[in-house]
Amino acid sequence: MKKTPRPWRRILALGAAATMVGSLTTACGDGDDAANALGPDDILTITTFGDFGYADVIKGWNDDPDRPFKIKETRIAQWDTWKQTLTADLQAGTGLTDVVAVEGDAMPQFLSEAASEQFVDLTDSSLDDRWVEYKYQAGQTADGKQIGYPTDAGPEAFCYRADLFEQAGLPSDRDDVSKIFSTWDEYFATGQEFVKELPKTKWYDASGSIAQAMLNQVEFPFQSADNEIDVDNAGLKDVFTTVTDNVPTLSTRAVQWSDDWIANFTNDGFATMPCPGWMFANIKSSAPKVKGWDIADAFPGGGGNWGGSFLAVPKQSDHPKEAKQVANWLTDTEQEVGAFEKAGAYPANLAAQEELTSRGEVDPYFNDAPTAQILANRAKAVPPGVPYKGDKYSDILGLLQTAIQRVDEGGSADDSWKTFTQAVGRLN
Amino acid sequence: MAQDHDLPGRGRGNNAVLDRGGPPRRPKKPGPATTAGGHPTRRYRLSRWDLKASPYLYILPFFAVFAVIGLYPMLYIGYLSFFSWPRFGAEHGSSVGWENYVHVLQDPVFRKALVNTVGIFLLSSVPQVLVATVVAALLDTHLRGKSWWRMSVLLPFVVAPAATALIFGSLFADKSGFVNDVLGGIGLPDVSWHGHRLASWTAIATMVNWRWTGYNALILLAAMRAVPGDLYEAAAIDGASRVRQFLHVTVPSIRTTLMFVIITSTIGGLQIFTEPRLFDTNLQHQGGADYQYQTLAMYVFNTANSAVDPYPRAAAAAWLLFVLIIIFALVNFLLIRALQRRSA
Repeated sequence: MKKTPRPWRRILALGAAATMVGSLTTACGDGDDAANALGPDDILTITTFGDFGYADVIKGWNDDPDRPFKIKETRIAQWDTWKQTLTADLQAGTGLTDVVAVEGDAMPQFLSEAASEQFVDLTDSSLDDRWVEYKYQAGQTADGKQIGYPTDAGPEAFCYRADLFEQAGLPSDRDDVSKIFSTWDEYFATGQEFVKELPKTKWYDASGSIAQAMLNQVEFPFQSADNEIDVDNAGLKDVFTTVTDNVPTLSTRAVQWSDDWIANFTNDGFATMPCPGWMFANIKSSAPKVKGWDIADAFPGGGGNWGGSFLAVPKQSDHPKEAKQVANWLTDTEQEVGAFEKAGAYPANLAAQEELTSRGEVDPYFNDAPTAQILANRAKAVPPGVPYKGDKYSDILGLLQTAIQRVDEGGSADDSWKTFTQAVGRLN
Repeated sequence: MAQDHDLPGRGRGNNAVLDRGGPPRRPKKPGPATTAGGHPTRRYRLSRWDLKASPYLYILPFFAVFAVIGLYPMLYIGYLSFFSWPRFGAEHGSSVGWENYVHVLQDPVFRKALVNTVGIFLLSSVPQVLVATVVAALLDTHLRGKSWWRMSVLLPFVVAPAATALIFGSLFADKSGFVNDVLGGIGLPDVSWHGHRLASWTAIATMVNWRWTGYNALILLAAMRAVPGDLYEAAAIDGASRVRQFLHVTVPSIRTTLMFVIITSTIGGLQIFTEPRLFDTNLQHQGGADYQYQTLAMYVFNTANSAVDPYPRAAAAAWLLFVLIIIFALVNFLLIRALQRRSA
């Protein structure tokens, strides 16, 4: 066969290439198509992190043939990982699910002027009385745009190992341990006694979690009311010094959520830990067979709120209306009660709180502790508006946790503090 | 003589294998290529045009794609690095001159990341190329089951880097890791693989070496296979030992390939990201709590997620990384050329 030049073939190939390039560019431009209505087989997507306890209620929705569409939940293991994806995709303007979960500490940065532009305004005056006031407002921008619907609140109790308390000769009954958890001084002093009796077990799970607990009682830890960064204040320094001083004796020195941290749940690595409602699920899944966990209805220094998240709808969603509807539905009473039963996330929804308290259910894992009642009591002890969370709260909190990790790894507290202030200085 | 071992297609002028500058292909029907007036026929002109233009058309798709996904982003971030861009903003703000570069260069974390990157690079690329050359030489001998050996050195390369990082992450775990168990078994103290700076570099470099040594060895092996056997015969007759043959025949013969391997592993080494990122135990992914093993690529990534002007500052850092890689590649190139001249 002779190889003769066949111009038409080349023209065809060129044409194909041109079409490909053309379709690439049109594919890029598809983003701002008009929102299509979702059919019964279409899927609305939502991303959560940790365990929001939505698995069962979402399954209930999907099993109901009358629902207009299906919901698919993606669960990311940790907030910090999800935060990076969320911020990157938000800025890129593409890649996010229709509903996204946002952690409470990071909410302020999404309320800033530029960021809130990227979210759908979820304002709905019929919902004004649905949530605890301070959580509801924490999801609003300065000019009153509702960016997030609150899911849960994080009133903190203290979880403890009653069996280890007994071995160390401490009172172990739920009502008798309250004194140990009355003030931070008392708490740390008891810890010193405890580790003398049981040298193989540390007093608390991680330096980071105690820092977080103490920090939640400082009024202005990182930024003043006008969002000026100020980390050289007595309150924050006190937290840092107290925590780092106790690193060698009381702390496991493990990083929260790390493999070592999880291992310590099952090998009697520690005896106490600050316990917001959502932590219950973490304890149960990390130590399903350990018996002896109990919950004290007390918290050193009064009370505190750790975490508690929001559901928001990014503007890049193709189905903002349906997404808003789902966010509304998921944060409604029945679903929040379901979420608490599944994962222990204590609802920010007032009616759900009331219902849980009136049911008065006990949790057999935690030695029949009346979990809802304890969290309701703890919620009352939370100082409103404390700590003040400015736009960079989440960033500086991350740097502080890193600074504490340096001391956990054997670094000097002074050097670590210097590195911390330097890094905070770079945030301007 | 030795010049002919070059890859086909990279023709040098007249000797080129695929030289297409010769006379035009035969037209379909035999006959005069020119019209009566002495002008070339249309077909002839088309054919000439085809010969001249076609090669460019064939490589055009690559350059078109490269321009879209390589060159354009690079130039655009270069442009972007001179602007401000508030976090989550939809569009970039006003021009700030060199401020982003100043910010990055003054950042102690950037400087630390620079040292880390160079450190990890030296601990990975240097042993990698040396070991790869030796492994290739061993594979070039008369082994039983050649294909099996060659396949197995490539195996680590097939494993996804994320999987590699997870496996080595648990091997090098500080408290429960296998490496520390072994060290403890022979009476040595535990090493803080994540806490100590040099130890963390070593752990990361080990992952990189494990993954890339076999790959480089295969490339070098291909070059070694092309060295003509009569050179070895001549050397053997002159009484050269196997080691001497390797040093004085093999290595000089494969130097172009060696240069390629060195430069690609330099580029790869300076861009290292996946391994340290997944090795990281710090929740904020700082590359260790004290930034012990934060690399420049991680710095760029983290900066793109930071609080103030995330994208422009990351863009500035990315360009600084680019310049650094160019400098390293140039130094490599000049060093190798100087060595070649000396040995020639």
